[in-house]
Amino acid sequence: MIGIEHYVVVSSILFVMGVLGIFLNRKNVIVILMAIELILLAVNINLVAFSAFLGDLTGQVFAMFVLTVAAAEAAIGLAILVVYFRNRGTIAVDDVNRMKG
Amino acid sequence: MDLMASLAIITPEIILTVTGLLLLLAAAWGGDRASRMISIAAAVSLGSAFAIVAPRVCAGAAGMDTMAFGDLFRADAFAGLAKLMIFAAAGATIVIAPRFFDRVANMRAEYPILVVFAALGMSIMVSATNLMTLYIGLELNSLAAYVLAAFLRDDERSSEAGLKYFVLGALASGILLFGMSLVYGFAGTTNFIGIAQAVKGDLSTGMLFGMIFMLAGLAFKISAAPFHMWTPDVYEGAPTPTTMFFASAPKVAAVALLARLMMEAFGTQIDAWRQVVIAAALLSIIIGALGAIGQSNVKRLLAFSSINNVGFILIGLAAATVAGISAMLVYLAIYVVMTVGSFVAVALMRDADGNPLEGISDLAGLSTTRPVLAAVMAMLMFSLAGIPPLFGFWGKFVVFQAVVEADMLALAAIGIAASVIGAFYYIKIVKVMYFDEPAGTVTGEGDTPHWALLGICAVIISPLGYILTPWLGNLADMAAASLMLPA
Repeated sequence: MIGIEHYVVVSSILFVMGVLGIFLNRKNVIVILMAIELILLAVNINLVAFSAFLGDLTGQVFAMFVLTVAAAEAAIGLAILVVYFRNRGTIAVDDVNRMKG
Repeated sequence: MDLMASLAIITPEIILTVTGLLLLLAAAWGGDRASRMISIAAAVSLGSAFAIVAPRVCAGAAGMDTMAFGDLFRADAFAGLAKLMIFAAAGATIVIAPRFFDRVANMRAEYPILVVFAALGMSIMVSATNLMTLYIGLELNSLAAYVLAAFLRDDERSSEAGLKYFVLGALASGILLFGMSLVYGFAGTTNFIGIAQAVKGDLSTGMLFGMIFMLAGLAFKISAAPFHMWTPDVYEGAPTPTTMFFASAPKVAAVALLARLMMEAFGTQIDAWRQVVIAAALLSIIIGALGAIGQSNVKRLLAFSSINNVGFILIGLAAATVAGISAMLVYLAIYVVMTVGSFVAVALMRDADGNPLEGISDLAGLSTTRPVLAAVMAMLMFSLAGIPPLFGFWGKFVVFQAVVEADMLALAAIGIAASVIGAFYYIKIVKVMYFDEPAGTVTGEGDTPHWALLGICAVIISPLGYILTPWLGNLADMAAASLMLPA
């Protein structure tokens, strides 16, 4: 029997993978966008699982909002990435160092 | 609660939405030639939203009458006061933006529209009493802000600032959202009052995790240490009007949101979050003060200054009393004025061709070449450092007073000691302006709107500002009281 805790464990694993994907990734920025997507989907699994478990629709409505915003976020992220690439000719994470920090 | 009453409550937001959308059409139709008209219309819409919110704040709106859409949204005096600061800061951004962009590239028509949408998002944030409203408001603000940071499309530093802001901002939203999903799961509701009911007894582990994740996500948004690392880079790279906007309005919105979330939803579990807020406050003050010391770029220095100031604001929240919240609001109001003033002064640093200058070395000997600018800048720096005759002192004073009244003497002592360290780099700027050999690079002429804005800020910051204290204190007290109503 698959219970709520299984869902929470899976979503936590996905979330941690997403966060590590942002911090450990040294290759390119597209991977970071994928990691962000992973985090948002982990949240959605959580929301939908809790919603089903509690018998409360709010979580599913929330998941719809998250999906919509995630789409807008990806569009803006890619647009900024294109602008960046035009200026620098690279999207390697190690090259994002015009300013120290 | 019928629909019309709800719609009446959200009139300021409706105004901003409708103008934003209409102006988008106008921008598509008229192109960049329409940018002047669009800037004026955007400023007018912000002004009218301000005019609608102001009476509500003065009347101290609170209770059931301020709830809209089944308590998804609440327009009480607390939200109102934050909105006034947000709209004022957004208006100031729109006023100085055209002059800045006209010199670097062309003023694009989208800029004021994005500012309006960001202000709308922040206005929703501070009124949110439900996790869903909170999320929508926050994202509306953030998505507009990412674009504002990368607005100079042909500038390497601006696009890099946009990229960094986007990646870290999206990560922060993700962390916040994960916390919200846990809170929803363990409370069974997304409403703040419902969450408060659910955490009345013991705080379950899942709930605690959710709360900490939400705190971390919001700490990113207000650039509190240890989640501050994006701030200096983004502030340095973004165009100056955008930096001014980032340093003022979103800070107010995210701090107000944090205060509402903590006091309303987790108000019965103060001990659980207080230590986290105290740790973030002290770290911010210390990192803000130490990090600024070696900087050579004014915008970068002001970024550390804003991290430092967020620490003082969080100290007010850590007191978790009506006096603490009220002190936090007073500090925020003064901080917004000082920030707007400092960045307008930075925007006035131009060479003969009108190119923006940002180095601290460019300020050398400013007192002989540009005495008025140097005097105002010196005043702003002393005020940021909290030196008594200036208004910046008052903000620090009320915050520490509230903390001492809440019996947190150690916190107050460390905060005061750290603010002395912070005074070092503010005074260093004054020293460079008054005692160094003139560099003679700042030769460009200013514009009337800049000087007008700088004049207003200077008058408020000057000892004359103390005339405002009873009035400001009264508004902040009413706002804090409306937040702390027993649910």
